[in-house]
Amino acid sequence: MAESRGMFFKSAVVASYALMLAPVVMVIIISFFRQEIISFPPEGLTMQWYVNAWERREFARGFVTSLQVAAIATAIGVPLGTAAAYALARAKLPGREAISTLLLGPLAVPGVVAGTALYMFYLRAETWLDQDITATLSGLVAAHVLLTIPWTVRLVTASLQGMDRSAEEAAANLGARPPTVFMRVTLPMLRPGVVAAALFSFIQSFENLELTLLLVGPGRTTLPVAMLSYLEFRMDPTLAAVATVQILLVTAMMLITDRFVRLSRVI
Amino acid sequence: MSTLVLDRLRKRYDRTTAVERVDLTAKQGELVALLGPSGCGKTTTLRMVAGFIAPTDGRVLIGDRDVTQVPVHLRNTGMVFQAYALFQHMTVAQNVAFGLEMRRVERAEREKRVAEALRLVRLDHLADRMPRQLSGGQQQRVALARALVVNPAVFLLDEPLSNLDAKLRAEVRMEIRALQQRLGLTTLIVTHDQEEALTMADRLVVMERGRVRQIGTPEELYENPADVFVASFVGNCNLVAGTLERPGSFRTQSGTLLPCTSEAPAANDGLVLALRPERVTVTPGEGAPGDIRAQVTAVTYLGAQTEYHLDLNGTTLRASRSTPLHDDPLRRIAPGEKLTLSWDAASARLLPAETETGDET
Ligand SMILES: Nc1ncnc2c1ncn2[C@@H]1O[C@H](COP(=O)(O)OP(=O)(O)OP(=O)(O)O)[C@@H](O)[C@H]1O
Ligand SMILES: [Mg+2]
Repeated sequence: MAESRGMFFKSAVVASYALMLAPVVMVIIISFFRQEIISFPPEGLTMQWYVNAWERREFARGFVTSLQVAAIATAIGVPLGTAAAYALARAKLPGREAISTLLLGPLAVPGVVAGTALYMFYLRAETWLDQDITATLSGLVAAHVLLTIPWTVRLVTASLQGMDRSAEEAAANLGARPPTVFMRVTLPMLRPGVVAAALFSFIQSFENLELTLLLVGPGRTTLPVAMLSYLEFRMDPTLAAVATVQILLVTAMMLITDRFVRLSRVI
Repeated sequence: MSTLVLDRLRKRYDRTTAVERVDLTAKQGELVALLGPSGCGKTTTLRMVAGFIAPTDGRVLIGDRDVTQVPVHLRNTGMVFQAYALFQHMTVAQNVAFGLEMRRVERAEREKRVAEALRLVRLDHLADRMPRQLSGGQQQRVALARALVVNPAVFLLDEPLSNLDAKLRAEVRMEIRALQQRLGLTTLIVTHDQEEALTMADRLVVMERGRVRQIGTPEELYENPADVFVASFVGNCNLVAGTLERPGSFRTQSGTLLPCTSEAPAANDGLVLALRPERVTVTPGEGAPGDIRAQVTAVTYLGAQTEYHLDLNGTTLRASRSTPLHDDPLRRIAPGEKLTLSWDAASARLLPAETETGDET
């Protein structure tokens, strides 16, 4: 009885992993297929799609833009999000609930809706300020900070809630002023949460399509948008090749991060 | 190092009163234990001294200085937390050095004092370990060293031994007491373990539902409990309800007369006779007429001690003594048999009966 229940759970776990990983594995396999129209069995294996992806400059440029945007948005969002999460968890602010909802809001709004709203707002702002915002790096970064802040607030808040306050109290008791307590004790204890927040913020920004779609312009396109545009007139495994590179990058980042903080303990 | 004065200290929360009123003066170098059942306000009191909780009313004085409004980091108290609260990302030495760093003690001096403090708790060989690489007892000693190294004006401990196993607890208890006496630290320790309080403290404060029931030396509390609560909380005690028949004789509710020469408190009706089990002497046999006789209902062998549960015509009493030797007839006493009891009539105390409803909350 217990045995068969154990078997059942095991197969359920295996099945859900298979379901989650199947598309990823498919993408990687397809990127090596020779034929242009995806079909089984493969006519042969090739690296030509990787070469093609490299030769089409929009992918390389998109990759660089995505990296830039994700890095800057993470660098801005993580400190702000951490500070906000700390203030929300510890200070007796009036309207805490409201601020918290506001900060987490972008996660609840569909990306396309938020993207459209931002686009219209940017257009307004451009006429007021008489300055380009859409299709600029700062415009994109500003939009992506709307992803990195909520993700950081969410992960750091979770860390703060699970944290034992007594080490901070001990520091205060030993003569540390509140800012010193934060820098010397709270922040080091939050490190796994902050690192995880940085990783997830980066990935969310790097992979984002919906929010970004309307905010890019010619010559300033992120990788996901470049992939979508390519899909509009070609449908060969080049995209699978680009996606495979992305998958490798994200996996590598996760593995490296995991060496420093055990992600499974944070998330 | 200073005296500590708690002056009408009170803490109300929205619905509950955690601490109703605590008045206490701990002399320089004295170890005072706050003792009481769970939820009686011990931790709240201690945290008001450290400054983590602002009292609703009353004052805290350290030395002659009123620190009621002083923030935690300027109070110069040394606190040891129940779960140690070590800084997990710092080595043992860095943990101990933290308080000195905050006081801007210069490096050479700091290192000297850290080494000294670690030697004091016999951990000098583990200075470079991380806290998670230490056993519970070792972590506790790091916490002690960290709190002591700054020469706190008052030393505060919140159930410092509750995470240790019984053997280690006895050991660390002696160690804390020895350190405290050697350094002459004014100390407030929270515990709900009466044995711990009795063995460590110069004086005990017995609390119940936010109020102080009695303050006194271990001996005073044990020999002269102020009320039924203290008598039952500190040590074991027979508590028998009844009235004073005439001076020297107490009538239990079931009509048995028991010798007792202690003074009756103000109201004579509703009295409780408090008699420590080890003060009752038991002798096998029926004894002479006029002796107090009892039937044995159960015998509990506790190794060094043996406990006799007795029935005196409807009144139950417990007697305890060191386990009798093999050839002692008492050794073979079994439930159902008769014993004769006696005690010094002066060691039976009369206390006012506790009326549950009489307590406002
Ligand atoms: N922040 C709070 N808000 C409301 N009530 C509280 C708060 N902190 C403590 N109390 C209440 O105050 C009372 C005293 O709490 P306290 O922690 O001082 O008890 P204690 O004597 O230390 O108990 P224990 O032996 O279980 O640690 C309890 O009834 C508790 O529920
Ligand atoms: Mg407590």
